[in-house]
Amino acid sequence: MIDFLNAIVALSNFVLIPALAYGSQLALGALGVTLIYGILRFSNFAHGDTMAFGTMVVVLVTWAMQAAGISLGPLPTALLALPFGILGAAALVLLTDRAVYRFYREQKAKPVILVIVSMGVMFIYNGITRLIIGPNDQRFADGERFLIGAREFKAMTGLDEGLAIKSTQAITLVTAVIVVALLFWFLNHTRTGKSMRAYSDNEDLALLSGINPERVVMVTWLIVAALATVAGTLYGLDKSFKPFTYFQLLLPIFASAIVGGLGSPLGAIAGGFVIAFSEVGITYAWKKVLVYLLPEQLEPSGLVQLLSTDYKFAVSFVILLIVLLIRPTGLFRGKSV
Amino acid sequence: MTLRELILFIIVGALILGAGFVQGWNTALLILNMGLISAVMSLGVNLQWGFAGLFNVGVMGFVALGGLATVLVSMPPVAEAWAAGGMRVILGLLVGAGVVAAAVFAWGRLHGRLRGLVVFGVLVAGFFLFRSVYDAGVAAVEAINPATTGYLGGLGLPVLVAWPVGGLLAAGVAWVIGKTALGLRSDYLAIATLGIAEIIIAVLKNEDWLARGVKNVIGLPRPLPYEIDLQNDPGFVETAAGLGLDATTASTLYVKLGYGLLFAAVLIVLLVLAELALKSPWGRMMRAIRDNETAARAMGKDVTGRHLQVFILGSAICGIAGAMMTTLDGQLTPGSYQPLRYTFLIWVMVIVGGSGNNLGAVLGGFLIWFLWVEVEPIGAALVTLITNWGFWFEANILGLHAQADLSADASSGSWQAHLQDSVAHLRLPTMGLILLLVLRFSPRGLLPER
Repeated sequence: MIDFLNAIVALSNFVLIPALAYGSQLALGALGVTLIYGILRFSNFAHGDTMAFGTMVVVLVTWAMQAAGISLGPLPTALLALPFGILGAAALVLLTDRAVYRFYREQKAKPVILVIVSMGVMFIYNGITRLIIGPNDQRFADGERFLIGAREFKAMTGLDEGLAIKSTQAITLVTAVIVVALLFWFLNHTRTGKSMRAYSDNEDLALLSGINPERVVMVTWLIVAALATVAGTLYGLDKSFKPFTYFQLLLPIFASAIVGGLGSPLGAIAGGFVIAFSEVGITYAWKKVLVYLLPEQLEPSGLVQLLSTDYKFAVSFVILLIVLLIRPTGLFRGKSV
Repeated sequence: MTLRELILFIIVGALILGAGFVQGWNTALLILNMGLISAVMSLGVNLQWGFAGLFNVGVMGFVALGGLATVLVSMPPVAEAWAAGGMRVILGLLVGAGVVAAAVFAWGRLHGRLRGLVVFGVLVAGFFLFRSVYDAGVAAVEAINPATTGYLGGLGLPVLVAWPVGGLLAAGVAWVIGKTALGLRSDYLAIATLGIAEIIIAVLKNEDWLARGVKNVIGLPRPLPYEIDLQNDPGFVETAAGLGLDATTASTLYVKLGYGLLFAAVLIVLLVLAELALKSPWGRMMRAIRDNETAARAMGKDVTGRHLQVFILGSAICGIAGAMMTTLDGQLTPGSYQPLRYTFLIWVMVIVGGSGNNLGAVLGGFLIWFLWVEVEPIGAALVTLITNWGFWFEANILGLHAQADLSADASSGSWQAHLQDSVAHLRLPTMGLILLLVLRFSPRGLLPER
């Protein structure tokens, strides 16, 4: 019985909790991608770098606040800086939309042209971020490191296995729930949200019923900037901020959005967790859990790690391929143009 | 060749010559050689995008496969490693391939719920079988002298053989990807290729038995003599002296020119082939498919088959270019493959040069490579100008500091120092800006498709 509890604790500590946090971050990122796909109808390759830009503003404002002695006590200062990051990212994407994307929208350019345009935007965002903050790792997390430390947990419960919950993981989950709830409330209960969904479902019909497309697009970019900055900041708090990692996040984020069904917000969330749990589960060395669960003579000799962590991209990719081959519209029946 | 093509090529030639006069001929030849390789890569992407409208953002992966081919072909085999576990690794890979084949076979033969269960079972059982054979072999190979070898080595063949082999390797992988992903929509192909490129790089970085991973393979054999041998060759020194050059400069120029000629030969052959293909009925069919897939299908054209064909051909060209590049570098460094540099930059070349026009792709390759290299020195010169002016302004108008502590100030955290550091990052925004400007004001590129 104790062994079983130990196994559960080890599993939560190394798989469930990290995957929950990572899944929330991916879900927030994938929501941004899926919204752009639904409303503006292209796959935005610059999304990873939008996240990086927003996070960079948060990091800079956090540093300024730390220098000025402003803090949130046990919570990271970055949460206070978050609104500034959202404002920065919103200004950037609105400016980009005005200067770049609007032209192609008026021309009714093919989606693939917009994808190539977003590649150019990606270069510029990436460059701006590197120009301002440089390509290196930056740490900006402060406040309490742990909600529950491994040692306290052991003392509290008397188990052999410790359960450590990093405060950033808890914050990630809480923030993600709040943000997603707000987003769904907005999409389902406000006039603007409803007009966005109408525009996404049927552009012509929406236009006929008097919905202003430019307003829908603007609101979409604002929401996307907020989602990207929140996702990027949470990821940065949880791990660390490095512009190139954010570019690489593009792959699991796209995988989440497609697995869930492009254009479907609910799908993006489900996809994020599917990808996160498989990535963490397949690259985790299961020996520790199995040692508790199996009788002694069956104990594994190796680490029971299915794939080395370096192949985590391969996991999201394989899941993506399977979904594309079996159910191309994704789990939640997204769009297929 | 039209007048426009001629003028644009002359301008790019003049730019490279200008670099030769200002920065020295070694720099100019380096730009020329990498420009030739870039031109080959953008020919490959142009084949896929310009001819057929396929959106491949996995160029980096195919380029890296070409680099891998160079190692596998040209390095001498490591006999001890082969004896220790080479056969076991190969057997493991065969088991893996057999498992996948069995799963695909079962998928094709069975139906209903049983199909999913059987395929899943085959894959899971096969995975553990594969790991049990393969892991021990890998451990044995990597244990052999890890500081210098720790891998299986290559075939010990001449390095030029690696170029076509690199193309074949890339073509093989492209076949697998194309078979699974080509039936899907364009964005999905983009995501799939993006992913496969990352996976290829991850394999190169982590499978040490294959090409030493991040420990890098250095000292690849060269198709041309080493500079030091040339300098010790009295005949060469005499000829160089006859041309008014000292032996060191002459030897480096000789080697670089030699590479340039080799690359140019490959580029010309591929360019002629691509032009012939474009003007043939096959090329017209390709463009018809690109412009209206439904109509082409109604005319009885095998759209998916043709897409697969052109995807494989384009990827093979990228593989050849990758092998050429690794040969020029003389080393394989998996850590240096970055998607911005090896995938998206190639895309900028194709779009700027003019998609659908082979000469345009070549022109774009040279021009964008030139800018990629030269943005940094030009930016640095500009920044120096600005900071000097800024110091002068601060010293003489604001009276902030005496001229004497200028150098001390530049090294500290002043805005001038920050500006100096950021010059290195100017490349990316410049490339993005060029891409956006071309897409906006000249969407068909510098040399539009005819």
